[in-house]
Amino acid sequence: MKHLWEDLSRGLWRENPTFRIMIGMCPTLAVTTEAVNGVSMGLSAMFVLLCSSTLISALKPVIPNKARIPIYIVIISTFVTIVDYFLKAMFPAIHKVLGIFIPLIVVNCIILGRAEAFAGKNPPLRSALDAVGMGLGFTWALLVLGSIREILGNGTWFGLRVFAPGYVPWIVMILPPGGFLTLGLLLGGMNWLAEKLAFWSAQRVGERRLATAQAAAGEGCCRVPEV
Amino acid sequence: MSEQLLILTSSPHIFDGDTVDGIMRAVLVALIPSALAGLYFFGVHAAWLMLACMAAAVASEAAVQALRKKPITVRDGSALITGLLLALSLPPATPVGMGVLGSTVAIVLAKQLFGGLGTNPFNPALIGRAFLAAAFPVQLTTWNVLGGKLAQFGADALTSATPLKLWKMQHVTSSLGPLFFGNRLGSIGETSTLAILLGAAFLLARRVIDWRIPAAYLGTVALLSALLGQSPLFHLMAGGLMLGAFFMATDLVTSPVTRLGRWVFGIGAGLILVVIRLYGGLPEGVTYSILIMNGFTPLINRATTPRRFGEVKARA
Repeated sequence: MKHLWEDLSRGLWRENPTFRIMIGMCPTLAVTTEAVNGVSMGLSAMFVLLCSSTLISALKPVIPNKARIPIYIVIISTFVTIVDYFLKAMFPAIHKVLGIFIPLIVVNCIILGRAEAFAGKNPPLRSALDAVGMGLGFTWALLVLGSIREILGNGTWFGLRVFAPGYVPWIVMILPPGGFLTLGLLLGGMNWLAEKLAFWSAQRVGERRLATAQAAAGEGCCRVPEV
Repeated sequence: MSEQLLILTSSPHIFDGDTVDGIMRAVLVALIPSALAGLYFFGVHAAWLMLACMAAAVASEAAVQALRKKPITVRDGSALITGLLLALSLPPATPVGMGVLGSTVAIVLAKQLFGGLGTNPFNPALIGRAFLAAAFPVQLTTWNVLGGKLAQFGADALTSATPLKLWKMQHVTSSLGPLFFGNRLGSIGETSTLAILLGAAFLLARRVIDWRIPAAYLGTVALLSALLGQSPLFHLMAGGLMLGAFFMATDLVTSPVTRLGRWVFGIGAGLILVVIRLYGGLPEGVTYSILIMNGFTPLINRATTPRRFGEVKARA
């Protein structure tokens, strides 16, 4: 049970594809001009990732090792085509905004990367959980980026006005430089936070060890008298 | 009382008396004429903008240094200069809030995140201006006069275009008198060539800035514009070229340290500026010409390292 949770949670923070491993940067920077675009991109990639990872993992015994990459790509592009047509039929506006970046999910490093690194070596259930974790990690990263850029660059969040009407939007934030600025600052913030978290958890471990050591000492013969 | 008889230090041993504080104070003094000219021509709003930019620069520098638990060095005046230079490069009617944002971006993103004074690859004030120009393209290209000498001329003098914009859009070359003395539209600090030259003469006399960068920069622009059939004097005095050449391109941190390198830097910036002005979409390109050459500075330094005394040239 524990390793199933491990598989699921890996992509959320520890090996977050955007903020920790830094792959799939192209759609990350290109489509996050609005929060809704980021979420759509994230969910599309997650669907493709989930289906392709599970299928690749299940077909593992019959996929010849030497021809695995082309076979992975064929499987991935099948699901990308499904997403492409689904968005075109159901959400034409979003399909228009995401444009070329939907077909480009085929060559997204996250998807082929998980197929190579995880699904090709692990059973279907674990591969599916890993795919969901990675997909959610990608989605929340794009949501955060898209939210910051939309709020500052357009004064709205998911299309709703956030600031008073007098707000002058910082247009640079929805231009390419804004994407790089936001990503860079977020990465810096993440590294800082990760360092702090590691420090605090190490501190907690140390305190626990000290407490058990003190308790053990208390049970023994040579208790240090309190002053 | 023990007297130190033997002092051990590493080279260089010659100290010419320059300190960071001293240099910054000299630059501040040199900027006073331009600031006063801006105040005279554009009124009180320009003064508020300059004060707000300087205050924001100093406050954000102190805040970042406190957060990073570093010694707070705002007393050296470098943040003050960044704020003032940014304000001088802005249109006179820029809202104060935008100036504050630009100042903060300049100090936090362009200076402190790279390690603070001396380690920033790009000129902070110009990064602040470039950020504002990308964030608020309308406000940064709107030239309104809210007060001061220029407002007294009445509606006729309040043309909505700078000399460079008039030249680019309507092929009107402004007369040189107003360009020299300053009664024309433009950024707060670029309006009076005379005021800039006064400050520059002071800096050159005190040897705070090297004459090679402005000479190469201005010379390239003059020569190229003459060759391309333009008025060299107009191109020298219009826009922010004078301010940029003497106060921004000469930034000690972001320009080359070698003599040859300074020539290369100035000529490169001049070439880029003429290309932007004559063939680009923007009317003015001082900001980007200097920022692009800032990016080349480490390469220029490496390529122009002088041979040490006694060193033998390696055979090719």
